[in-house]
This record gives sequence, structure tokens and C-alpha cells, in this order.
Amino acid sequence: MAKVLMKGNEAIAEAAIRAGCINYFAYPITPQSEVAEYMVKRLPEEGGVFLQGESEVAVGYMIFGAAAAGARVMTTSSSPGISLMGEAISYIAAANCPAVFVNIMRGGPGLGGILPSQADYLQATKGGGHGDYHILVMAPDGVQEAVEMTMQAFTLAEKYRGPVMVLGDGLIGQMMEPVEFPENLATKASNKDDWATNGMDTRKSKKRNLVKSLFLDPTELNNNNLALKAKYAQMKQEEIRFEIYNADGDYKVLITSFGTMSRVCRTAIDLLKEEGIEVAMLRPKTVFPFPEQAVYDAATKESCKAVISIEMNMGQMVEDVERCVKGQRPVEFYGECGGDIPSPEKIIKIIKALI
Amino acid sequence: MGKAFSKPKALSDTMTHYCPGCTHGIVHRLIAEVIDELGIQGRTVGIAPVGCAVLAYNYFNCDFQEAAHGRAPAMATGIKRVRPDLIVFTYQGDGDLASIGMGEIIHAANRGEKFTTIFINNAIYGMTGGQMAPTTMPGQRASTAPMGRNTDLTGMPIRMANLLSQLVTSSYITRQAVLKPQQVNKTKKAIKKAFEYQIEGKCFSFVEVISTCPTNWGLTPLDALKWAEETMVPYYELGDFKTPE
Repeated sequence: MAKVLMKGNEAIAEAAIRAGCINYFAYPITPQSEVAEYMVKRLPEEGGVFLQGESEVAVGYMIFGAAAAGARVMTTSSSPGISLMGEAISYIAAANCPAVFVNIMRGGPGLGGILPSQADYLQATKGGGHGDYHILVMAPDGVQEAVEMTMQAFTLAEKYRGPVMVLGDGLIGQMMEPVEFPENLATKASNKDDWATNGMDTRKSKKRNLVKSLFLDPTELNNNNLALKAKYAQMKQEEIRFEIYNADGDYKVLITSFGTMSRVCRTAIDLLKEEGIEVAMLRPKTVFPFPEQAVYDAATKESCKAVISIEMNMGQMVEDVERCVKGQRPVEFYGECGGDIPSPEKIIKIIKALI
Repeated sequence: MGKAFSKPKALSDTMTHYCPGCTHGIVHRLIAEVIDELGIQGRTVGIAPVGCAVLAYNYFNCDFQEAAHGRAPAMATGIKRVRPDLIVFTYQGDGDLASIGMGEIIHAANRGEKFTTIFINNAIYGMTGGQMAPTTMPGQRASTAPMGRNTDLTGMPIRMANLLSQLVTSSYITRQAVLKPQQVNKTKKAIKKAFEYQIEGKCFSFVEVISTCPTNWGLTPLDALKWAEETMVPYYELGDFKTPE
């Protein structure tokens, strides 16, 4: 298929439709409202459902209800909205329902700002709502990857019967890039008869299905949480994705970075290379599950003297990086938030100061 | 002669956890009888609230989802929008619907979502142990209103059926009670009508049911019925507030 020039938010919307998701519920919030504005035009053509809910809280449960009834469903929002959906995400995770959430991050805390940010890393990767759960989180570094990850999200959500998040930022949502929609990423139909509340008549067994998250018996609750834990262990085995950049040579410094920030780091690495300074980068594409072993291996290469995590926040992924490096190398951090993205020149200066 | 009285198919064999004298059991049975009579068990999805009726899914024999506190109307919206062929009902108490879930119920009703809400109004939080609800009567004692509800500080009880009937969108809004046998019969008729409107795809339907909570009211079951009749019914007027065009 030929490439088309599309804005990130619109490309994410189209990607969902191409993946086979024609049910979309959302509440407006900058910088991702274009997803809804695109969906409201496209979904009627596909015979799908578009609904603007009264709040992100309600939208979270529209997603839950629809997913529990066996529909393939998505919502998109930005940081403050995702906080409000955190309640529903916790319930959806506990009740084992597949659903896709896209967070086009903006600055926080509080109302924060509307410019790009990566300040929801911890919220996304460590749970976000109450209780013992994780969701699978993918962090695209541009519009093409946002398209691919959005498409893959539905397959992964159905594979693991849980919420999956695409964690972008305002830059990815707002910028235009050439994209193509891979045809092989459409989601295959999965059998939901064992669990979906889509009416007893639809099943051969005629057994009723129940979607719930209440387990008053401590053994039952423990078992449900053990089953969730087993899913996360399987994700760690099967879904970890990352990119390693410029790691063939004897690099002195390893950068860890994700999403939009990693693009600037790549430019800085190329410029440093021209000066004869070798720096590598490890970019997690899945931030949960986190590429733990890959970070350790890259950090502990003999030539590597230090690791620095560069993020558009005040130091979030760096906590995972430190955990994975296990004290074998010093782990530094540089971050900015508020919306200004650190320039390659600034990163070069910081790297040089490290060497 | 055939069997004169039997358990509806849409009720399970599970023993309920409800307190002696609680009216949840009556309303559960009425809903189940209506589901049987309309022949919709196989395409019905119920949504349980948070509160005493959270375990309602153990007592009905049809597909069920369990919502977070107050969110059942949003879940019902999600189901009904993607599967308009399913028959969806929410079963909610007054803390759930009239307090934390006020936003969800108003907007679902205003959008004219084609599902049915059964709203149990017993003027108190039951499951959490008798705290004051938005529906608690003036002067009524609750664990968080030990001297009785002070309306200067907490306002007057919210009349949900009246409130929802003010929305311009077409709907069926009624308030019934289950304090006397003839009221029980009327409530069943209202529940049936509510489900019929849904089956016809006509409108949002809402049945408020004045109920009792002997345990948290500190009354015997019989005194509770009497108290509800004398104190609640004059304030919470019974009858249809709105019927679709």
C-alpha cells in the first residue's frame, strides 16, 4: 500500500479501524481530540459505534461494558483524562476484558499543560489505578509506529484478555508523517464464548457468563491476582520489544530513551559519531513488559562506562533502568518537562560532560 | 393440576445474603418473572451495582456484569450501543445511583439509552452499614447522621424519578413501592412495561422502587414497612412521572 501523509491522531484512528475496531467511545481533551473528530466521520461508513461520553469516568465504563459484551473497543485520551479512566482500567484488568487505551500524553501534574510530555510513564507501567495489576504498554516513536502499535494492540488485548495502552505524546499526536497501514496487522476474530456477556443464547453451552472483579473470598482473590501475575510473566516471555541503536562499536555511554525523546537522542548520537564519540541507545518499544535483560546487557558491555536515561519528565523510566542495571554502572538522568523538548545540542553537551 | 407456584427460570438456586425483611428479594423475583414472561433470558445482560445488591449476579440466571460504584449506566450504554439486540438492565441502590452515579444516570437517561434501570430507594447505604444517602429522609438517623439528617447542612432528599422526568428526552419514568401486596403487583407491571419499552427500542426506562432496610433503620421488618409507608411514600410520591410519546 502506498504511503499517505497523516496527522498522528488521525492515523491512530484509521489504524484502529483497519485493525478491525469499529467501536469508539471518548471524551474531548487536547492534544488528541482529532481522534474523535476523525472517528465520528469514519465509523458510520464502517457501520460502527461512535459515542462522546459525558466524562472520561463514564467513557472508561462504556469501554468496559462493550468489551465485556465481546465487542472490540477503543478509547483515546490525554493525561488528566487517563487519570479519570484509571478506575475503569483497574476494573477491566481485574475482570479480564480486552480493551485498547491510547494516551497522547501532555504535561502534568494537575492540569499541567497541553504540550508533549512523557510524564505518565509511571502511571502507565506500574498500574495507574488501584490494586495489583499491570497493563501492556507500547510507546511509539513516531506516526508509523503509532499506527502499527495501535493495530497490534487489539490482537494483544485479545490474546491476554486485558487492557493494552499505546503511550504516545502530544508531538506524535499532532505531527504529520508519511504512513502506511500494514494489511497483516488486522486483528483475527477470537472466540469469546467462554467469558463474554453477550447473551446466553449465543453459546452452545447455554451457561451464563459473568464479568466481575469482586472476590470476597481471600483465596479466590489471591487466585485471580495470581492468574493476572501469570499473564504478566507470559508477556515478559513473549512481548518484550525494543530497539538498540548504534551499539555495534565500543560505546562509552548508553542512552535509554523512549518515544519522541528517543528521536532527538538518535540525532545526537549521529552527530557525536561524526566527532568520533560512540554512544548507543536502547529504546524500549514495550515499556511494560520492560526489556530488563536487554538493558542490563547493553549497560554492562565492557566499553560502556555510564548509562543515562533521557526523558521528557522529571525521572521516571530511569527507575526501571536503575533496577535493571543492578548497580553495575552509574545511571544518570536528564529530563525536561513543560513541553520544551531537549535539543540534540543539549544532549550532546550532557553526554560529553559524562565522558 | 399443574404446579401453582414455582421459582422463575431467571432466578438461580442460590440462597441470598439479604437480611430478614429486606425487599431486594421481592424485586429480584419480579424482574425474574418479567424476564421469563417476556422470554428474554437468553439475551438479557444485567449489571450489578456496588452496595447490597453487588451479589445480585449470584441470584439471577442470565449473563451479568458487575460495575464500579455508580457506573452501571455507563456500562449499560457500552453494551447497548455495541449490541442493541441484547436486553440490558441495571439494578442500583440509592447510594450507587443518586450519589456517586448521578452523572452517569442523568446522561444515560438524557441520551435516551435503550436500557432499563431498576432503582432501589431505601433511604440509606446498606452494605457499608447505614450511612446517610442522598435519599435519607429529614431527621432520619444514619451512622453518619447520628442526630438525624440535618437538611440545613445536607439538603433535602433527592427525588430521582422527579428529577429524571424533567429531562426533555422521551422516557418511561415511574416510582413504585413494594410495601404492600397491591404495590408489589403494580411494581411488577411497571417493570414489565419498562422492559417492553426497551424491547420495542422505544426509550430509556426507569423504575424507582421504595424499599426497606430494617437492619440499618433499626426496625423490625413490619415496622420498617410501616415507616416507609408513613414517612417515605408521602415524600416520594408513587406513580408514573413520564411515559414515552
